[in-house]
Amino acid sequence: MIRKTTNQKGWLFVAPVVLLVAFNAVIPLMTVVNYSIQETFGDNVFFFEGVKWFEEVLHSERFHAALMRQLAFTGMILAIEVPLGVAIALAMPRKGPWVSVCLVLMALPLLIPWNVVGAMWNIFALPDIGLLGRTINALGIDYNFTRQPGSAWFTLILMDVWHWTSLVVLLAYAGLSSIPDAFYQAAKIDGAGAWAIFRYIQLPKMKRVLTIAILLRFMDSFMIYTEPFVLTGGGPGNSTTLLSIDLVKIALGQFDLGPAAAMSLIYFLIILLLSWVFYTLMTRNEAN
Amino acid sequence: MTRYKWLVPALYIIFLMLPIYWLLNMSFKTTNEILGSFTLFPAEFTLDNYRKIFTDSTWYMGYVNSLTYVVINTVISVTVALPAAYAFSRYRFVGDKHLFFWLLTNRMAPPAVFALPFFQLYSAVGLFDTHIAVALAHCLFNIPLAVWILEGFMSGVPKELDETAYVDGYPFWRFFIKIFLPTIAAGIGVAAFFCFMFSWVELLLAKTLTSVEAKPIAATMTRTASTSGYELGLLAAAGTLTIIPGAFVIYFVRNYIAKGFALGRV
Repeated sequence: MIRKTTNQKGWLFVAPVVLLVAFNAVIPLMTVVNYSIQETFGDNVFFFEGVKWFEEVLHSERFHAALMRQLAFTGMILAIEVPLGVAIALAMPRKGPWVSVCLVLMALPLLIPWNVVGAMWNIFALPDIGLLGRTINALGIDYNFTRQPGSAWFTLILMDVWHWTSLVVLLAYAGLSSIPDAFYQAAKIDGAGAWAIFRYIQLPKMKRVLTIAILLRFMDSFMIYTEPFVLTGGGPGNSTTLLSIDLVKIALGQFDLGPAAAMSLIYFLIILLLSWVFYTLMTRNEAN
Repeated sequence: MTRYKWLVPALYIIFLMLPIYWLLNMSFKTTNEILGSFTLFPAEFTLDNYRKIFTDSTWYMGYVNSLTYVVINTVISVTVALPAAYAFSRYRFVGDKHLFFWLLTNRMAPPAVFALPFFQLYSAVGLFDTHIAVALAHCLFNIPLAVWILEGFMSGVPKELDETAYVDGYPFWRFFIKIFLPTIAAGIGVAAFFCFMFSWVELLLAKTLTSVEAKPIAATMTRTASTSGYELGLLAAAGTLTIIPGAFVIYFVRNYIAKGFALGRV
């Protein structure tokens, strides 16, 4: 831990960052707050509405349904990606030329533009011309993600696992490579089994990077828009309409600026609150 | 059991490569073959899809536009994040912790929330449909990320380095540029990599802030779905080409990427 000196000059150093981020964050956020408490019928005439939109959004069944789908999606991908990512990181080679090969190939999905990911999975999973869709149907399972909600969810989850598990792998691998060899030798002398090594050496060392991984995956999966929009467009019906997709439908599709703005703020606050809860839960033990 | 451990990453990589293979496979097929038959390899191998992209300026300019704003964004983000990260890692000042947290909260703001206000803001300041608009908008999430990564790397450099330089009579900026920055070169590489990555893959804001002049490749791609039916071969070729810059960049930072994560603080 570095000992810091009190120096108010620090503000000079951070000033450019504050200016740039504030320009992008504060002004648009104020615009959203502004819309969220007003009503407009066009022509730039606005009426003050107070918290009406907030009440409307909080009581709307449409919002509840989208929020439930969002929570289900985020819960599922966290439950799959985190254990899978850790397992793959544990099985990866630690030295030699294969390390670079693994890292480069695994990081590839992370660098593909999000709408390309959606389009790629769309043509990969189509039941008539896609490799995945064709294979599943050949196995005798009726699969068509453009018609069946279940298939759409399966494809959506599989796509996200494909897209983001590597992030968990890279983070977990980074945590693992910070363990000195001496730790493993000591464990060998003590006759520790694979589980004991994992539980008492590897897991504690990975804890910090896994906290980052879970936080990042939580935030990003909660904000996901482009990939499901391109893959399923929120359908069939509303079955894969996650929060972002619903929000854009309301804001840009129907131009209901007030409700959309109120929903934006509630949405943002949910992410902030849940991130804070995650963070506190995961770092609580460190303080003791 | 340990003998077959390599199977896990091998199977995972095969799973990762399958959709990419399918995209590549389609990009070499004619539209007729894609829609007419199911083949694992292109029966009539064609480069027409790629030829079209490289000869039609509306197509290849998409790549130029995307790369332009991504590079501008990476340069801005890393440049302003360097002194800020230094301040966060070395100094205590009024409100530093709150400021750091506030920066990170911007990483949690869904782009969908900001799409419309961004459109209005950048139209109001006359930057709509310019590369700089997208580059500045992407600063919203890239600057906090760059500050966060760089702060982690800088905290790993002992403070004695700074103090020795002062004693030797180095003016601050000379020390910062000549001694400090080379020490954390790996961190700068990792931060630049992440800025590049998140700016390259983002579409919602890039699409909202541009119409013709600075239209990103990802937005150009949606055109194939609307104008001339569904030209899947062309779409696949364009998609394949979007993978290349990322693969290129990651090759350079492959040795640092794993370390980079480990040093970032929570």
